[in-house]
Formats: sequence, structure tokens, C-alpha cells
Amino acid sequence: MPRGVLPLLRPILSSSSSHLPITPSVVRSFSSTSRSFLATPAGRNPFEPRNTGPKKISPGPIKTPNPRESALADSTTSGSQHQGHELSQTSSTAADQWPDYSKGPSALDKASQLFFFTEIVRGMWIVLEQFFRPPYTIMYPFEKGPLSPRFRGEHALRRYPNGEERCIACKLCEAICPAQAITIESEAREDGSRRTTRYDLDMTKCIYCGFCQEACPVDAIVETQNAEYSTETREELLYNKERLLANGDKAEAEIAANLQADHFYR
Amino acid sequence: MLRRIAQKNIARVAGPSRARLLSTTAPRSADITLTIDGKEVTVPQGTALIQACEQAGAAVPRFCYHDRLAIAGNCRMCLVEVERSPKPVASCAMPAMPGSKVFTNTPLVHKAREGVMEFLLANHPLDCPICDQGGECDLQDQSMRYGSDRTRFHEITGKRAIENKDLGPIVKTSMNRCIQCTRCVRFANDVAGVEDLGTTGRGNDLQIGMYIEKTMDSEMSGNIIDLCPVGALTSKPYAFQARPWELKKTESVDVLDAVGSNIRVDSRGVQVMRIQPKINDEINEEWISDKTRYAYDGLKYQRLTTPLVREGNRFVPASWETAMETIRHGYLNSGARGDEIKAVAGSLADTEALVALKDLVNRLGSENLALDSKLGDSAPAQSVDIRSNYLFNTSIENVEDADAILLIGTNPRHEAPTINSRFRKQYLHRGTEFAVIGEKFDSTFEFEHLGTSGKDVEAFLSKSGDKGFAKIWKEAKKPLLIVGSAVTETQDGAAILKAVGKHVLDNSEKFITPEWNGFSVLQRAASRAAAYDIGFTPSSSATSTKPKFVYLLNADDVDPSSIPEDAFVVYQGHHGDHGAQFADVCLPAAAYTEKAATWINTEGRSQMGRTAVPPPGASREDWKIIRALSEVIGNPLPYDDTLQIRQRMFDISPTLIKYDQLEKPSTEIFKTGLQLLSSLKSSTSSSNPLKKPITDFYRTDPISRASVTMADCSKAFTKKQYQPSDVDENAQASYA
Repeated sequence: MPRGVLPLLRPILSSSSSHLPITPSVVRSFSSTSRSFLATPAGRNPFEPRNTGPKKISPGPIKTPNPRESALADSTTSGSQHQGHELSQTSSTAADQWPDYSKGPSALDKASQLFFFTEIVRGMWIVLEQFFRPPYTIMYPFEKGPLSPRFRGEHALRRYPNGEERCIACKLCEAICPAQAITIESEAREDGSRRTTRYDLDMTKCIYCGFCQEACPVDAIVETQNAEYSTETREELLYNKERLLANGDKAEAEIAANLQADHFYR
Repeated sequence: MLRRIAQKNIARVAGPSRARLLSTTAPRSADITLTIDGKEVTVPQGTALIQACEQAGAAVPRFCYHDRLAIAGNCRMCLVEVERSPKPVASCAMPAMPGSKVFTNTPLVHKAREGVMEFLLANHPLDCPICDQGGECDLQDQSMRYGSDRTRFHEITGKRAIENKDLGPIVKTSMNRCIQCTRCVRFANDVAGVEDLGTTGRGNDLQIGMYIEKTMDSEMSGNIIDLCPVGALTSKPYAFQARPWELKKTESVDVLDAVGSNIRVDSRGVQVMRIQPKINDEINEEWISDKTRYAYDGLKYQRLTTPLVREGNRFVPASWETAMETIRHGYLNSGARGDEIKAVAGSLADTEALVALKDLVNRLGSENLALDSKLGDSAPAQSVDIRSNYLFNTSIENVEDADAILLIGTNPRHEAPTINSRFRKQYLHRGTEFAVIGEKFDSTFEFEHLGTSGKDVEAFLSKSGDKGFAKIWKEAKKPLLIVGSAVTETQDGAAILKAVGKHVLDNSEKFITPEWNGFSVLQRAASRAAAYDIGFTPSSSATSTKPKFVYLLNADDVDPSSIPEDAFVVYQGHHGDHGAQFADVCLPAAAYTEKAATWINTEGRSQMGRTAVPPPGASREDWKIIRALSEVIGNPLPYDDTLQIRQRMFDISPTLIKYDQLEKPSTEIFKTGLQLLSSLKSSTSSSNPLKKPITDFYRTDPISRASVTMADCSKAFTKKQYQPSDVDENAQASYA
């Protein structure tokens, strides 16, 4: 790992580049990749977790991915020019880059912690504490953990309080479904209203993204908090409209409560 | 009335010879240059500013403006900024002015359009999820850009509510959604020629309606559904069936009449969900007839999906092998030889199948190739050796240049509705005069009725009168004489064509010039021009032969008496219609949406129909069935794939596969054809009236006969037995 190893290697590398017989190409590649990691401003604790976000990286020479090619390039005149420029730059900025150990724990502190196994003792203590605490395990089928009102589980189609199904066959859920798990066929019902004749949901395709319930203008298709609907055959997971409506009828109180709990954020 | 107003306006603008409105395609006049969004464009003078903007690549939103309709200028959505104009200008109603500087994308324009949109949305219901226009709605699209997400109008009475109208079995209305663009009114009055649709009230109370409760009796009424920029007029048969984004769109050709309207077949899976027009200015502009648009549900019913073999009194499903073997046995046992083998082609036979069948029958030594029309068993009255004798030589587009039109034995409104809409346009905007010889019909233009029989044709064409239409006809610079396809199907056909040929030749300086061709035959069956092109006609000796083996290719209008009892009959087609009941073996074939086939329209223009959905069950493409049968009979045809059969078609006539091109005959050839016509051997014609060939526009072929929608239309429009339902009761339920 360059981050861990390079600070240690650094003095060797920088000193060796002048008198050890390491090929210049190796030196160059190390120095160019690691400079950004090592660019620690003076006075900063080198052991602090570093910011891993995007940072400004000074453009180095263009690297060829093939080491043989880079070696070849280095043998040419242009390569040697690059190399000279590189080395002079490292030597000039080296002083700023070394970690300042004076602010950290002293070598004596570190040695004592090492020799007295303090970390292991502290770890063992936590283990010991857990012996006397009640277990975190919940007895799953009998006990259940808390679920967010936004939990996305098995799907359901809802009805209006008067028993009329909510779905108006606008097909927005079908359109938005990234897994194409929904199939809808629709026609005008006898009374002229727009209804589905078929609402199939392939639960084996579904990725539970919740886009369908977000797209639904009438809150007809929802994902309930039920996640326990495993079946023995795949065919049982191909839900049709009756199954979905039955799901909705079963869980209506819960769905309504969840929507109510979440309505403020929608 | 409308016509008079239009003409008065025209006279004021351009004088009678230049009788054009902004909406019509005018001959190019002087060009002007103006700057739109910093871009210079040059457009012909008189172009609407919105079209100039379009040309400059600046999209201008619009609701009421439509290229092919008169300009209303009432939606105000197309506002643009013009330099030195105090207010934003409605670009549809403003002619482009030379040198003006136009801006379509300024804050002023945006603000103006946002204001218009806000007013439109103030009364527009928010029912996009249940609206069939959703996904292809102009208002929906433009509100994405110019709409606000909340309203500033809160009225105690709520949004405007208007009763729905029942316009018949095709157009479903939801008048609450109407934004009063009046496109439908303008279409009905100007293009369809149904002058009952109109507006009542003004401002916010403006309503679209028929004044009295009645259906919209037009064969073009489906087009107002396309025109409606919102979901106020939607399609009844397609109601709530699908969303536009689910549909696969295939560009194809219509075959239910001989015009060859360009269509777009929208399908989902194996099912055709709807048919829409495709713009082709040379043929159908932007319109298609209701039959073209709504006969598609006939493709689902009454289909032949598996080969059927007759056993006693009933058909038994069979495999292709069994069916082919049965045909071979039937053919051998019938002992048919030479002209005793008869092939009959119907109106829906594609060119490839016609070529293959003709080749097969010819190889078996027969020249007995008949058509299923009346007198289709005998050699055609006009000589089909010259193409111009049976084609619409004027070309559909050029019809608009005619200044006097004589229709003989044809009702263009039912035989070619899209051509008829051009007649209507001419009648309104150019003042073209019409005359009809033959049965009278309910037309969309005024005409002078000169008689009903062949005798009247001869009488009119031989003597020169000096009043009424005779005078106009004599003085016309571009006269157009259209002979209906039904004329050649009567005993008088030869005599009438002789008289016509003579008349056209005598006046050839008017009828036949390099730029004008005034003699046209209007076919009504999609396969007819192709059949004549490849010579699918019986030789004179074959006419009198009693056939022993009959092959019916999509022949459903065949005369039962022409099929002998003891003959072995094969029917190949896609519907179990009239033709199939004579058959000993039925072979299931593909309908026009299910095969890639060539169609020749009445102008002689070759067009490619494309496969939108696969053929159902075991059915196959027509020419492949004939090719397979030729192998079983032991006389294989020399082509195995589409390319090879197209090569064969090229050998017969290169025009057959020069797609989308119109080959015009030279005037010499044209005259030769007319000389053939004028030298036809015939007695003088009788006074038997020429009958309309189509009595029920909505039920002319197996597809439309199987269609439920067409049955409803026939009941409503042909038989006038429509029961208007209480639409509002239903509409209430849809909001439940």
C-alpha cells in the first residue's frame, strides 16, 4: 500500500536516487505517483486521517502504462530531460514534506503501549463487558426489528375506502420501472373509467427501487413493509392484479399509517 | 357560404387566378429575407412568420396553428418578439416581412408564453394520468417548459366544466380538456367537408360542438383526433388501450383503398394497437380515412391461423405438409390442364404474391388469370398494355392544379377519401368546378350532375354546349377527367372508355401537355394497378374455359357462379371471409401489417409496406406459400428469397421496385394508349345507370368486414342508426 509504505521508503528513495543503482524509471514513477500523497504542509499531524476527497494534483509528466515503454522513453534524450527536472523538484520540496513527529506520541509512549499489550487488554475488556449484557440478537421470526415507514418490501395495490381500486392504468409505474418488472394492460371499463385489465408484477425482476410508488399519481402501487414472502417456486413470485390487491387489502391500515408518517417529506 | 367568404378574401388578396390562402401550398412567389434570432432566412413572400421561424430552426410552440389548416390565431402561444413592434406578435397570423428582425427566445417572449400557458392551464383539468393524450400531448409538453407548478387562480366555482359531446363511434370527447384552438372545426369545415362542427359562445365560454346533437358523419373524422393538441378529442376504439411510449412504430402503406396512404403502424407485441397517418405530401398529405385508421381491429378477428382442409362439410385444421399434399392431390385429380387452371386475385393481394402466382400458373400452362371484380374473368375493357390507360396519370399531388374536373362513375369520397380531400381544398380555395356522370353521391363539393349512364357520357363529350359545366369544360385550361374503376366493370365500360379516349385525343392540346395530364383512372383496390402492371389478366381464349382448379389469392369478392361446383378450390388469404367458403383447402397468409410487400397505388407509385407484427399462428407471407406450393406441385419457381423475387419483379417491370418514385409516361406513349382506347371495338353504350361500386364505405374488404369498429361505423354513418349514449354519465365514472 503506497500510503503506508511510501513515507517509510521515502528517505531511502530520495537518498538512493543519487547514489544507489536503482533505474531512473522506477524512481520517477514512484515520485510522480506519491507526491500528492506526501504533500503534507509543515505542522500538520501526519497520522491524522487524510482527506480522501478530490484534491489538486499537479500535472506530472505523461506516463506510459507499459514499463518497458517508459524505460525505452527514458533512454531517449527527452526522457532524461524529464528525469532531471523531476529530481531537482523532489529535492527542493523534500523538507516540507516530511511528517513532523514532534507533535505526536513519543517513541517511549509507543514502545510502552506495544510492550504492555494495552490495545489487546482494552479489547478484551469490551468482550468481558458484553458477557454481562443482554444479547443484541433478536429471535427473528418471533421478534422483529424496527422498520422505517419508507421501507420497501412486497408490493401492494390499494383501494379507495369505498372499495374502488385506485389504479387508473396511467402506466407511469410501468414506464419508470428500471427492471421492467411491471406489465399493464388497460381498457375502458363498462362504466367508461380507465382501469387495468391486467397488472402483472414480476417480483423476481423487481429491484425494490421504489420508483413505482414514487411515480404513482394516486398512491395505488405501494411497497409495503412486508419482506417475508419467500416462496418455493419462482412462479409464485409472478404477481397478478388479484394478488397485489389482496396484499393491499391485507396491509391497508399499515400502508395508510406509513404514508401518513411520511407525508411531510413527500 | 364558407366558400364564398374564402373566395372573396382571395379575390381581395390575389385575384381569382391566384386563389390561395396562407394554408395552401402556393406556387413560389418572390422570396424575402428576414432575420430570426440573428439568423438570416429566405422564405417565399406570404409565408407565415411561424414557418419562417421553423425554417430558421427556432421552434415556436403553437396550439391553434397547423400547416394544413386555415389560420385562426386564437391560442396566442406562438408569440414572438419583432423589432420595433410594441407588443409580442402572434407569429402564425403575421406574414413574414422583408428585413424584419425576429426574436423567439427573449425574456419578453418567455414571459408572454408563460402567461398564455397559465391561462390555458387555469381551466384545464389535471387528469393527465387518465388522459389518452398523455405522452403525446402538446399542452403537456409545452407546460414542461412554460408552465408553472402552481396556479394563481382560485375560483369558488372551480374549473370550467363543459358537457361532453357524442360524435359517433370514432371520436371520444372530453370537452373539459378543450383549449379552444378550433383546429377540429377548421378541419371539419375545410378538409372533411362536414360543415356542422362549430363554436358557440365567446371568450371563456367558447364551446366546440355540433349545435344540435348529432354524429360527425365524415369518413375523415379520425383526423381530428390527431389534430387535437390536447386530450379533448381522443380515439374511442383505442381508448385507454396503450401509451405512446409502449408502441413500436413501423412506417408502412395502407392497402384498404388504392391511394396507398402512408401510415405508421403502432404495435405492441404481436398486436397492432393503432394506425396513424404518416406525412407524405405527394399522396395523403397528413390525412387518412377512418377505414384506414380503424379497420386494424379486424386483423384480430376471423383470422386463418392454420391451414384448413375441407372434410365433408367442415374445415379441419391441418399441417402445412398435409394441406400442400392435399392441394397436389386435388390438382392432379382434377385433371386441370392449360387454361383449366384458374387463378383469381383479390384486392388485398400484394405484388410479390401476384408475380409468384402468375409465374406458377403460367408454368403450369395456363393464361387464366382473373381478378375478383365484376367482369374480372374477361380481358379488361381498356387495354392494359399501356400503363396510362389504367392509372391515375395526373398524379394525386397535381390534382390541385385542375380547374375543371369531370368524374365518371366514381365516388371519390368513398373510393379515395384522401384524394377527395384535395378536391374539397380545390373547391374551397381555387373555385374548381366539378361535374359528375354516374350515380349521385353525398359529396364534399358542389357538382353539376350531367347524367347517370354511359349514354350521358357520350352525349356530354361529343357535343359542345355553351352553358353550365359544358362551357367551363370547354374553357378549362387544365381539365381533369377521372374515370372510376367501376366503369370498366360494366358492360358499357368499353364504350365509355372509347368516348373518353376520343375526347381526350381530340382535345390533346389541353389534356396532354408535358406538365399536365388530364386523363386519369381512379382505382379502388390496392392490388389492381399491380395486377395490371404485371399482366394479371386472362387471355381471351381463357375467358371461356371452364376451370377445374381454382386458386383464390385473397379473392373475397369473387362471383360464386364463376367457380364450378366440381372444381378444386384453394383459398389463400388472411381472413375466413367470402372466398374461403368455396375452398377445399385454405392456406393462412399474412395481412398487410404482417409482411414486407410491394404495393402499387392508383398513380402507379410503388411503395413498400413493412412488417409491423409477426403473422399469427402458422400463417406465412403470401409469395412464400406460392413458392412452397410450386415445389410440392413439382414445378418450383426460380426464386428463394425476397431479393430474388424482387429481381424477378424488376425483370417484369422496373417500375415495380422503384419505390416511392412516380414514373410518368411520355406524351407519345400516353397518346398511343388513348388511341388504343378510342379504337376499342364496342357498340354505343346503353342507358343503364353507372352504379357506385362502394355502397358501404366501412365494409369493403375482409379486414374491415371483420372489424368491430367498422361495423359500428357502418351502423352509425351508413345506416344512420347511431344511439347517442349519455356520455356524461360515463365521464363521471371515469373521475370516480
